Amino acid sequence: MFKALPDLLQAALLTLEVAAVSMILGVLIGLGLSLIRIHLKGPLMWLATIWVELARNTPALLQLFFFGFGLGAFGIHFSPYVIVLLGLTFNNAGYLAENFRGGFGAVPDTQIRAARSLGMTAFQTYTRIIIPQVLRIVYYPMTNQMVWAVLMSSLGMLVGFRELSGETQFFASRTFRIFEYFAVTAVIYYIIVKIILGASRLLAMRLFRY
Amino acid sequence: MQPTETFFSGFALNDLWFLGEAALRTLWISLLAISCGSLIGIVFGWVLSVSRSGGFLLSPVLDIFRSVPLIIQLVLFYNFAPMIGLRLDPFGAGLIVLIFYTSANVAYVARGGIDAVSQSMRRAARSLGMTYWQDMRYVVWPIGLRAVFPAWVGVALGVMKDSALVSVLGYIELLKASQILITRTQETILILAIAGAFYFALSYPISLFASHLEERWSQ
Repeated sequence: MFKALPDLLQAALLTLEVAAVSMILGVLIGLGLSLIRIHLKGPLMWLATIWVELARNTPALLQLFFFGFGLGAFGIHFSPYVIVLLGLTFNNAGYLAENFRGGFGAVPDTQIRAARSLGMTAFQTYTRIIIPQVLRIVYYPMTNQMVWAVLMSSLGMLVGFRELSGETQFFASRTFRIFEYFAVTAVIYYIIVKIILGASRLLAMRLFRY
Repeated sequence: MQPTETFFSGFALNDLWFLGEAALRTLWISLLAISCGSLIGIVFGWVLSVSRSGGFLLSPVLDIFRSVPLIIQLVLFYNFAPMIGLRLDPFGAGLIVLIFYTSANVAYVARGGIDAVSQSMRRAARSLGMTYWQDMRYVVWPIGLRAVFPAWVGVALGVMKDSALVSVLGYIELLKASQILITRTQETILILAIAGAFYFALSYPISLFASHLEERWSQ
């Protein structure tokens, strides 16, 4: 039983890795989607809206199956790692886009005009006036999304990805000690989430000092 | 002769009915989980809000349901139940886990709702001669509900979507039914799209309605 612990912890790192990478990609794409939905009209805006609504209104597992088995039907095959990464990124981007949209909506137009009339360029206005305020608003939703990304990555075990859950299932099915292995894994997830929340709180104290 | 042809048959209208029935099962387990879970969650939320020591004891337990993936919770409980002599079918085990999962999430929403009502308003209610429970029913409930209703809808829709995970225990809800059909018809994209459309049809109108209410209430 405890011989498996190093392997499980190794797999936990993989869980963290795929969650973090999908989160970074999700933030970038989500930012793009929200800006498209705010500023543009036409087909691009519709595409972004469809992305966001599909990601938010269908189960993550279905999205994962789509990238795994659905695209496989077209002859496009990915490794389990890529499937999970694509699924999580799709999901994260959809949820984060909606958070960002709320954040951008909360910064009043008058501030932007004030910044511009003080002689700031559009880029300066974005980086010095808008982004710091938006970051403050979307910080906690982003932390939540990171936790969800870790939890969602557990679905990887259903598409054959050997992250923490997949590795656990591998050990459990080899030894039939299903309950024991999954209990250990539950504890590991609990600790991972606590660490993320704690780290985010520390970072918030550093970021939002003023 | 090609024997495979007898095993696989294309997607027929009949199968749409099969998926529809499975969608009803998804709806049924989520409705039960959301209603029971919300009731328990409101009680937990009330404990979190009024009692410091109660919250101190309760919140680590609730955190378990919020920070362990639902799929792990399901597998754990499904394998744990027989150890304490419970004979549960996938539906029962899935439902119990979903109820706890819902109640843990609703608890924090409910606490937010109770805390959203200002202290001075509650004191005012009490000084008008209301009892504690009258204050809860006629002051805290309507105001707190408005404050956190969108968040509650978010939790409820999340549970509806997460109920897809009960398929790993073998309960034939929408996702499991679509997998069964995929195995038979080999028309993966079509069936996943239909299953997705069913979920979308269940979830999207509710989220639209909630954001509409939110807009109206915020005026």
